[in-house]
Amino acid sequence: MEPFKVLIVEDSRATREMLAAAVDLAGGVEVYTAVSGFEALKVLPRHRFALIITDINMPDINGLELINFVKKNPNYRHVPLFVVTTEGRSQDRERGLQLGASEYLVKPFESETLTALVQRYLKR
Amino acid sequence: MAPPRALSEFVAEANEVLETLAHDVAVLDAQRGREPEPDLLNAIFRAAHSLKGLSGMFGQERISTLAHHLEDVLDALRLGKVLASDALLDAILDGVDVLTLMLREASGEAPSDETARRATALTETFVRLASGGQQTAVDVLDEVGLDPAIRSVFTEYEEHRLRENVKKGIALWKVRAVFSLDDFDQRLAGLNATLKPLGEVISTLPSSQPGDETSIAFDLIFGSPRPQHEIETAVQTMASVQPLTNKPVRPRLVSEPEPDAPRTRPAPRPPVFASDVSSPELTPLSSSSPSGVMQGAEPSLRSLAQTVRVDIARLDGLMNVIGELLTVRANIHRLADVARQAGATPLPKLWGQELQKEARALERKLDELQAGVLDVRMVPLGQVFDKLARLMRRLVRQSGKDVHFEVSGGDVELDKLIVEELSDPLMHLLRNALDHGVETPDRRIAQGKDARGLIRLKAQQLGNQVQIEVGDDGAGMDEGRIKQVAIERGLVTRELTDELERRDLLNLVFLPGFSTRKDVSELSGRGVGLDVVKTNLARLSGLIDIDSRRGEGTTFVLTLPLTLAIIRALIVGVADRTFAVPLNSVTEIVAVKPAELRTIERREVLEVRGQTLPFVRLSRIFGLQELPVERHFVVVIGLAQERLGLAVDALLGQEDIVTKPLGGRLKGVPGIAGATELGDRRAVLVLDVAALVEELKRPQAAVG
Repeated sequence: MEPFKVLIVEDSRATREMLAAAVDLAGGVEVYTAVSGFEALKVLPRHRFALIITDINMPDINGLELINFVKKNPNYRHVPLFVVTTEGRSQDRERGLQLGASEYLVKPFESETLTALVQRYLKR
Repeated sequence: MAPPRALSEFVAEANEVLETLAHDVAVLDAQRGREPEPDLLNAIFRAAHSLKGLSGMFGQERISTLAHHLEDVLDALRLGKVLASDALLDAILDGVDVLTLMLREASGEAPSDETARRATALTETFVRLASGGQQTAVDVLDEVGLDPAIRSVFTEYEEHRLRENVKKGIALWKVRAVFSLDDFDQRLAGLNATLKPLGEVISTLPSSQPGDETSIAFDLIFGSPRPQHEIETAVQTMASVQPLTNKPVRPRLVSEPEPDAPRTRPAPRPPVFASDVSSPELTPLSSSSPSGVMQGAEPSLRSLAQTVRVDIARLDGLMNVIGELLTVRANIHRLADVARQAGATPLPKLWGQELQKEARALERKLDELQAGVLDVRMVPLGQVFDKLARLMRRLVRQSGKDVHFEVSGGDVELDKLIVEELSDPLMHLLRNALDHGVETPDRRIAQGKDARGLIRLKAQQLGNQVQIEVGDDGAGMDEGRIKQVAIERGLVTRELTDELERRDLLNLVFLPGFSTRKDVSELSGRGVGLDVVKTNLARLSGLIDIDSRRGEGTTFVLTLPLTLAIIRALIVGVADRTFAVPLNSVTEIVAVKPAELRTIERREVLEVRGQTLPFVRLSRIFGLQELPVERHFVVVIGLAQERLGLAVDALLGQEDIVTKPLGGRLKGVPGIAGATELGDRRAVLVLDVAALVEELKRPQAAVG
């Protein structure tokens, strides 16, 4: 079976690696990473991603704008999207979910939580 | 949740984030009293926010908690809920310091109670400062009729910026541009640079182009008081411009009182706001480039980040390889020479010439490689200067003196390892300049000087060396007083001091035990910890000189090599042995006849251009045979402020060497830094100049 492609968008290098490791543990996945929203926009059309995981606070476009872009585009609309962020602010969280994010994880969280979520969304 | 090996990853990244934070906070601090630039505030907020998230993920709760409180204050600040008061800025500066200390503790330094105490106090301060603000009841954004679909993608901060623009009566625009997926980032940067002088780009919204997989559209939400046609003229063919809101923004009277605004308000015409006041580093890219031009077929996957991070140990490894290649090169040269000269038949002679040619080609490439790797290790001194400027501004405020701190040469680059080691010695010197150099305003006025003192920190590159000056325009050093203190403390004899010139007398302040914090106030000069400064510099093969004039001020001049990785060495012969002497500590080479030597206090000295230097025979240090000579070759060594004449039997040339540590019985022999291999494959010992100088000073102390 083809592995599921997962895109992680996160500007912190160390956090990105940690998220990648957690997603990798879910098994049967191929992890792609982007260091910014812009890079995500560039990578998106080149692969059929099964899942996107994004941070909110990034230097070029914010994660909400990325979610909006993904959810408005007929090519990507169906792709589940997790928000992984330090943003505890309820307004931003509400907006993320309104815009179509499937899950909202607030850092810090246990990497097992992310692994389990990835498995749940990809294996059903 | 992080595995231990991830800790170093965390520390490295957190360090970077903190450096950025510190730099931006320094810029903010320098703008005290003005309305902070929104972009700058947001960048600082983002750095604190990143640090909180990062440290949280790696289980660093102390850092995460403090960063969290700092973030809250910064959030309130960027959302305009609180003002950039002095107390708040001081707390932010302090926060950066404490976070830095905590990060050091996280990376293995012993935790200190002091840091914990400061963190607790700061947390309280942050909580108090962040709760200072109040929210406005009426949302002006509701009044302008913003499309809810657009509004839903804004973060709280972006909404705040929108509100600020609306409050000032500045119109909001939607600037739409379509770019190729290949290079939209560069094109957007160009568009941003074009728009910035006209207003504030509040948000960048990507949107799909239906039916087009190779391009992407962006809506830039832009606040600008300029008329639509002016914005359109500026962006030319790059983008289209439309009003964002369906109701016009109602211009408010600028004179309308703002309850929360003691900060400076922009003048009514033309509307200026903080974001176009500065950012000189943004140079507009070509604004005439047509939009959406497709180039090349295959989009690249290259990351937008243009830098890589490399562990410095890996660079050391590369440097070692280069060092070995340098040896090979020298060896090939030698073989070629032998073949060329000794070849009796034409064939070996021809080989010799060919070999020589190849060796030269190898040499050129090696030089390039060496320069390339060295270049990677180089970082701008600005990294340290920024930190020092931040600290100095605070110290000046606390001192009650009026001092202008002037920094220049932050763009001069040095080996990363040297730059790191420099901050402590420079801080010592700057602190001394402030505490003991610059006089109080009253005293300055009494002496006919400007009440405002000056402290300078200046760097410049001179060939393979970098010179850093720390100077003040204060009272200058009193050599009579220095002499007296040195004698009182038993550091020198009265007889010796009578023979010393002013320059040598000033150098006495570098002696360990010359001065303690307690009695420095008696001196109108300085003395605190200068022996420590000297030791630190000696470790970096640096020199330190004092230029002090009574009533005019004191300048310390530090001379440092660009790098310590590959050094040029002088190869000398003593008896039948060969040694390498690092050339950056050699100031000159002179020849003296034995009759020119004198003896002072049972020690041999020689005179070089009016300066008296201790004279030491290398053969005696290592217990080698002393050959009778008509004249001594004297290698004059300079290290920190010490000068020393080292007598050798022969000067054999110069080579680039990489010093390797010694093992076994030779390890820890005083005066030997390590070993290196020369071009002819001979292993020779490299002298540890710093240790030699230290070693040779001991008998002198016993005499006094």
